[in-house]
Amino acid sequence: MIELQDIKKGFADKEILKGVSAVMESGKVNLIIGASGSGKTVMMKCIVGLMGVGSGKILYDNQDFTAMDDKEKKVVRQEIGMLFQGSALFDSMTVEQNVMFPLDMFGKGTLRDKKKRVAECLERVQLMEAAKKFPAEISGGMKKRVGIARAIVLNPKYLFCDEPNSGLDPQTSLLIDKLITELTKEYNITTVINTHDMNTVMESGDHIVYMYQGQKQWEGSNKDIIFSKDQKLNDFIFASEFLREAKEMRQLDIFKDNKWRDQLKNKEGNASGK
Amino acid sequence: MEFKFFYHFGNFLLMLKGMFSRPENMKMYWKQFMQQCVDIGVGSFGIVFIISLFMGGVTTLQTAYQLVSPIIPKSTIAQVVRDTIILEFAPTLTCIVLAGVIGSKIASELGNMRISEQIDALEIMGINTKGYLIAPKIMGAVLMIPVLVAIAGFLGIWGGKEAGVLSGIISEEQFMQGLRQEFKAYNVFFAMAKSYTFGFIIASVSAYYGYNVTGGALEIGKASTTAVVVSCVLILFMDYALTAILL
Repeated sequence: MIELQDIKKGFADKEILKGVSAVMESGKVNLIIGASGSGKTVMMKCIVGLMGVGSGKILYDNQDFTAMDDKEKKVVRQEIGMLFQGSALFDSMTVEQNVMFPLDMFGKGTLRDKKKRVAECLERVQLMEAAKKFPAEISGGMKKRVGIARAIVLNPKYLFCDEPNSGLDPQTSLLIDKLITELTKEYNITTVINTHDMNTVMESGDHIVYMYQGQKQWEGSNKDIIFSKDQKLNDFIFASEFLREAKEMRQLDIFKDNKWRDQLKNKEGNASGK
Repeated sequence: MEFKFFYHFGNFLLMLKGMFSRPENMKMYWKQFMQQCVDIGVGSFGIVFIISLFMGGVTTLQTAYQLVSPIIPKSTIAQVVRDTIILEFAPTLTCIVLAGVIGSKIASELGNMRISEQIDALEIMGINTKGYLIAPKIMGAVLMIPVLVAIAGFLGIWGGKEAGVLSGIISEEQFMQGLRQEFKAYNVFFAMAKSYTFGFIIASVSAYYGYNVTGGALEIGKASTTAVVVSCVLILFMDYALTAILL
């Protein structure tokens, strides 16, 4: 579990994060969504420690990450896997070597054990056939999958994904989302995804934090979004006429189902409170 | 301008300080160091071979052109060629060229790693990126550049002899006799002292500019150019300073 307590961060005279608090639970896909410039990338960089925070605390399983020295941070970081927007694969290494790299650096065991683990991870992302290829020789979707394999090879407790679907076609995006969701549940990982992709929001969002101008504007699950009355969130999620109609149809579908009627009343009550 | 100088100098020192930490895995660091030695040493040998030969040849021809007095023995040409190459051409000229070859490679490699978030990926894994990426480059350069300078010295003198003999300016015996006249081993020490200093400048300055790139592809090119220019200026400055101090 990762807990953010009143995180503030600014550059020069501009305040980017204005006191954000949230809890990212383990075994769940936690999404940070928001328009460009809303502070979600800065927030993710603060959480993983690529940027320091101005004030506030970040707790990894109740350990204060912001108060740790470099040595202690290193230990926590070895439990973190991250998938970058551009995959950040090492150009001079093959797919197999990229996935092997964290094991070579930190892993214990024989070369055979390491190779076995790499094979498992590549199998998991269905990329065994590309093991000997270089990053320049594979597609964008494959690069993302290699990035995922590299991120999970050390069995991380925390997985961060920065816009995992950017530049991918819808089908590949769904594949990546499915993979991340499955891995999260399978290994009980605390997954945090920074995304713009509405498919990801609706399909994988166990817990969603909507950022607006450096503040947490809304928080809930993908089911709550359907009933949310937050205008800013609705304008962001259901930006087109098509999506607005789709939302209404979805609400009607749920409304018709008697099982959902009571639940809907509760949701409306909760959503209006947020 | 002053402010920028101190800003860069302070950041440069912090970068050097950041390199010193216990390696996460000594074997991986060693592998990286050996890779850098191969890249810097073997990768630059071709250009060093070519410039050294021509540098020696031209020095012989130009010295002969200026020594027209019949009372000066021909062997003096070899003596002048030897000392010019050992004292100045082999360390300084070679390192100026290496600043372009190695410096731009280091700056663009690290710049590209920074832009494509590969350095961030290493940081996230808990690796000291300054220690893993920069320290092996500096150590590789400090080890291999003096070797290249020594090779450049030998090749330069050999090229000078060949140019002199082939053009009929001086016989092989006269040249070999001149090489042995009043040889000072201290000159070799001086050349090595310069090459260690220049090797450090080339790798560390280029790594500094590459590591701190922000922006996109255009900035990688700019960082690469700045790294080469600053390295060359510092090499020339230190060349003067070391000559004034050590000779």
